[in-house]
Amino acid sequence: MILRITRPQSHVTSPGRIGLRSAGAGYILVLVVLPILAITWEAFRKGPGAILADLARPEALYSLRLTFILAFAMILINSVMGTLTAWVLVRYRFPGKALINALIDLPFAIPTVVTGLMLVVLYGPASAMGSFLNRHGVEVIYAKPGIVLALLFVTLPFVVRAVQPVLMAMDTEMEEAAASLGAGRWTIFRRILFPSMTPAILTGAAQAFSKALGEFGSVVIVAGNIPMRTQVAPVYIYGEIESYNTSGALAVSLVLLAGSFAVLILLNLARRFGRCGDA
Amino acid sequence: MRKLLIGIMLLWLAVLIVFPLAGIVSNALREGWAPFAAALDQPETVHAFKLTLIITVIAVAVNVVFGTIIGLVLARQSFPGKTLMEELVSMPLAVSPVVAGFMFILLFGKNGWLGEWFAAGGIPVIYALPGMILATVFVTLPFVAKEVVPVLLEIGTEQEAAARTLGASPWQTFRRVTLPSIRWGLVYGITLTMARALGEFGAVLVVSGNIIGRTQTATLHIHEAYTNLEFQGAFSASLVLAAVSFAVLLIMEAVKRRMEDGKET
Repeated sequence: MILRITRPQSHVTSPGRIGLRSAGAGYILVLVVLPILAITWEAFRKGPGAILADLARPEALYSLRLTFILAFAMILINSVMGTLTAWVLVRYRFPGKALINALIDLPFAIPTVVTGLMLVVLYGPASAMGSFLNRHGVEVIYAKPGIVLALLFVTLPFVVRAVQPVLMAMDTEMEEAAASLGAGRWTIFRRILFPSMTPAILTGAAQAFSKALGEFGSVVIVAGNIPMRTQVAPVYIYGEIESYNTSGALAVSLVLLAGSFAVLILLNLARRFGRCGDA
Repeated sequence: MRKLLIGIMLLWLAVLIVFPLAGIVSNALREGWAPFAAALDQPETVHAFKLTLIITVIAVAVNVVFGTIIGLVLARQSFPGKTLMEELVSMPLAVSPVVAGFMFILLFGKNGWLGEWFAAGGIPVIYALPGMILATVFVTLPFVAKEVVPVLLEIGTEQEAAARTLGASPWQTFRRVTLPSIRWGLVYGITLTMARALGEFGAVLVVSGNIIGRTQTATLHIHEAYTNLEFQGAFSASLVLAAVSFAVLLIMEAVKRRMEDGKET
């Protein structure tokens, strides 16, 4: 009797556990697997030749290239500024720190359309800042810098939030030891701090990159969306859907999905590999 | 060095976040309170906000239930294919909103896989509310599950096992032991889901058809007002959404503090 009651945990597969598992798996199957299957199947239905033909359109190719290049530019800036921000928030004390720390999450909460509008209001041609920049030959809104700015805004939290916990967990002993042995600030950063922060920076950057490839709401408002100049891939896809050109939308969607998934899968593999290395 | 770095960071956050935020506040209220309120009092605007609210409530409800189930399965069970399930849960984060909406058109649109079936049953999905809810549920799917799993792993199974030994049913154990200990993780997941559902634009735009007064949500309304150069309307609605997001953010911060306190005690 007692024996029977005292084995609630363990790997016994009770009907309840199987039911729970089926409910979860079924939900994911219907909402995630089926849609991804549908888009992949539809894209490949007419054969890879048809996909390549759709991708070979100059506007399609340009939008994809622009998306990847601008996302890359974004992660370069974001990695540097994100690491700096995390460093300041962990290592220094100053008034208003808690408020600023909370502010970092704001881009996750603000709707992307509102982000786009905010940037146009501040940096657009009609604003004081925008006309000042224009007079000095710098175009931000309805140009590529504006797109990078929007991407920077929506991905701001990723690197900061990835690096912060690593810095918090890090002992200052190593740095002190290095300093006492005569290492300069730059050497300490390069030889001690940077290597231990690198995995976290890469994690944040990969997440930011994946997000930036698909960003739509903020970019569509900020970019001006001129084909062959400021039209990114998600905006191109939207245009193709609106003009009922399903195959054109499918081909570019497929590349975008593949790019995002590849980045995240690489990241997961690297993480798993790293964990094995630690043990 | 210290002052320099703090200065650079403050300037960076000001240029990227604080100034744009101040810009939208001052633009929405430039002509004073009356035009701001009048712009919000349009029937289309009210309808758009109502629709956003309905979609958000449903998306949160569905994903709280299934997110918790998925979290329990991932944290408490081991079975072949579990890693795959983990990867699949976070997949919506890597899908562009436009592509997400497009997927549901391929499934439920006129020539879609399930389109005819649903049309025969008299349930319009695309260019209608069900499609908009589906798209929002898809983009917000990972949040609850991903917040619940680490909390479940941290609290362990001892208390649950004890409750079961003392004769509690699985449901009683969940309600009286598991649920109270994961509640802050759950609340955090809910706030993330809410923030994303309130602000979702791309996926909903693609599936909705953007019919004014029928399938137009708050974000679609802002976009439309902006493209029609109705700036007062666009800024006013934006300010409301931004204020709501800000409130959600404050809840997030409070919950985070709660969770960290919980860990220490």
